[in-house]
Amino acid sequence: MSARSASPTIANGTGRASAQEAAASVVDPEIRVITIDELGILRAVEEDPASGRVTVTITPTYTGCPAMDVIRADIRRALTAAGHPDAEVRTVYSPPWSTDWISEGGRAKLAAAGIAPPAPVRTAGVVSLTLAVRCPQCSSPETEQVSRFGSTACKALWRCRSCSEPFDHLKAL
Amino acid sequence: MNGPFDFTLALADDALIAAQRLAEWTTRAPEMEEDIALANIALDQLGAARLLLSYAGELEGAGRDEDALAYLRDDREFRNALVVELPNDDFAVTMAKLFFLAAYQLPLYTALAGCADERLAAIGAKARKESAYHLDHGALWVKRLGDGTEESHRRMQAAVDQVWPYTHELFAADPAAPVDPATVRPAFDEVVGPVLAEATLTQPDSAWAPAGGRAGVHTEHLAYLLAEMQVLHRAHPGAKW
Repeated sequence: MSARSASPTIANGTGRASAQEAAASVVDPEIRVITIDELGILRAVEEDPASGRVTVTITPTYTGCPAMDVIRADIRRALTAAGHPDAEVRTVYSPPWSTDWISEGGRAKLAAAGIAPPAPVRTAGVVSLTLAVRCPQCSSPETEQVSRFGSTACKALWRCRSCSEPFDHLKAL
Repeated sequence: MNGPFDFTLALADDALIAAQRLAEWTTRAPEMEEDIALANIALDQLGAARLLLSYAGELEGAGRDEDALAYLRDDREFRNALVVELPNDDFAVTMAKLFFLAAYQLPLYTALAGCADERLAAIGAKARKESAYHLDHGALWVKRLGDGTEESHRRMQAAVDQVWPYTHELFAADPAAPVDPATVRPAFDEVVGPVLAEATLTQPDSAWAPAGGRAGVHTEHLAYLLAEMQVLHRAHPGAKW
């Protein structure tokens, strides 16, 4: 994260664009292959026209997500490096985060890191049963759920019956 | 109950005490996957509890934040329903509690998502997605144990019989609340009935309905739970790590 946020283009920039770029480059502390922008938890980056003060708005994946404090600290650090030391980080809960907000690029990065991305959520408010989760290692659809809960609140544990590899699956929410 | 503060505090305390009880399973669940599952559900409940406690503190306007409300109240000041403070007991009892609580929280949070209070609506919209997953998980276990072996059936039925009377308190009418809990009873019954039937379990027909939690009159179990949950904060005020 620090290497990216301290890159010259960001550090030398000013205003909303540089703040947006800095905030968007912060990686998720628990899934370090994807940025908070790609994950869809970065909701807004705004600059007060009068004071120039930047406000970053984020939303948690799950209410109890223990990574939120680290994410807030990482955003402040990135924005400080980008010339916005007085940035404010706000947390909102509405509208609630959905895995549908994960970008296409983000999904590709998850898959490349061995984490099967979530299927689209079929009905709002109802947890969808995943129809077929492809193995991120060998692309086989012959997979099975090992545990409905995984190493973080947003993941379940799966196993591939073709190549026998266990893998994480981001639960559709 | 009266007013948004008491209502919000009651929901917050349900979630907080449920989280604390579930966390007791950590490192001692019957299998590794279930250990992770119960810890995850506890984390969800804790997340909802923090949002609700923070908002309750704001509604009260007396300067109490989430920590003050969680750690510096005595048992008589807690407003959780009795069902969440009952000991974990047999694994089947934990599953009965988990299932019934989720079957109550899901329609309640869903109704809350459409209520006039914006803060409660946001919390409801967020938490209901998590409750739906908890309900799924609880229902799976109730069916697996109820429709399992003779022994698992016997223990799951005993658990349902033991916990069922305590569910009634969750639906005590409160017409002045942002969402009257009595109005979500039909949704609860619609979910619970078919799951118990599929699990080959009998829905108890007991008129006994212990209550008192919403008024701060608890079972003896709550004080022990609070002692463990609060001891560090009380012994070392403001401790952080």
